[in-house]
Amino acid sequence: MSEEALQHAHDEHRDDAASKLGMWLFLFTELLLFGGLFLVYSIYRNLNMEDFHAGSAHLDIFIGAINTVVLITSSATVAISITAIQKKHYRLAKNLLWFTIIAAGIFMVNKYFEWGHKFEIGLYPGGEMFEAMPGGERLFFVLYYFMTGLHGLHVIIGAIILGFVIKEINQGKQTHDNFAFHENAGLYWHLVDLIWIFLFPLMYLII
Amino acid sequence: MENDKNNHEEEHHIVSYAANLKIWVVLLVLTWLTITVAYLDFGNLAVAVALLIATFKAGVVLTYYMHLKFDSKLLTILLLITVAVFSTFIILTFFDYAFR
Repeated sequence: MSEEALQHAHDEHRDDAASKLGMWLFLFTELLLFGGLFLVYSIYRNLNMEDFHAGSAHLDIFIGAINTVVLITSSATVAISITAIQKKHYRLAKNLLWFTIIAAGIFMVNKYFEWGHKFEIGLYPGGEMFEAMPGGERLFFVLYYFMTGLHGLHVIIGAIILGFVIKEINQGKQTHDNFAFHENAGLYWHLVDLIWIFLFPLMYLII
Repeated sequence: MENDKNNHEEEHHIVSYAANLKIWVVLLVLTWLTITVAYLDFGNLAVAVALLIATFKAGVVLTYYMHLKFDSKLLTILLLITVAVFSTFIILTFFDYAFR
């Protein structure tokens, strides 16, 4: 055995391509999870065009648009942080991840005000305003709460995972030539963005 | 093609800072377009137009931010299979409802 080969045999086993493939397989299950909800949405929207239109009118397009810009920007900062870590700009990589986590926070605070306002006026399952609505409009709001809620849960989980990436960069476990975890966490974050790209026009922009 | 090279030594494509920022601008413009188009009266075509723009936007994110353009083609093929499965379910369900 050559010296180099011996050296190699002692290296810890690592397969970045396989770990990325695993991440993608998980993302496919996520896509189908949300896909099922989009399927339910599209069928009910077709059956209740008028009611979905009326339901959507209760949503604030401005807040939705702000949150879209926030998510797209956070997606950009994650992508740039992966460029940064490959160029050994570790400080920049970490700062961009912090920025992303803050963006996730802004997104959730907006969501809090959005939902909070609806709860105040009784626009939630069981609420007075909700119960007085026609069936199709109630369906719209059940789907709205379920889909944006599940998406919001993904935002929170994604932000936590990115926090662990920062920790690993600090510990020197994520480096310019060993950043599979960073990359996979980034993929998860982009998925969150992808889903919102469809949620935003389908929920808010039925004009 | 880069990907045809020997895969043994993993080679990572580094997307430049400038390219990442350009994609960001493209996505912002597409967001603006999504909202603007929604206010135009496309009637029954409105959903189709919204989905078309959203799909294009998703394609940009997948290609550049999710690195599909630079990674093994296997990932792209698997994604297309997933999308095909999902589309099949959509089409079959709509046929079911259309002919009830």
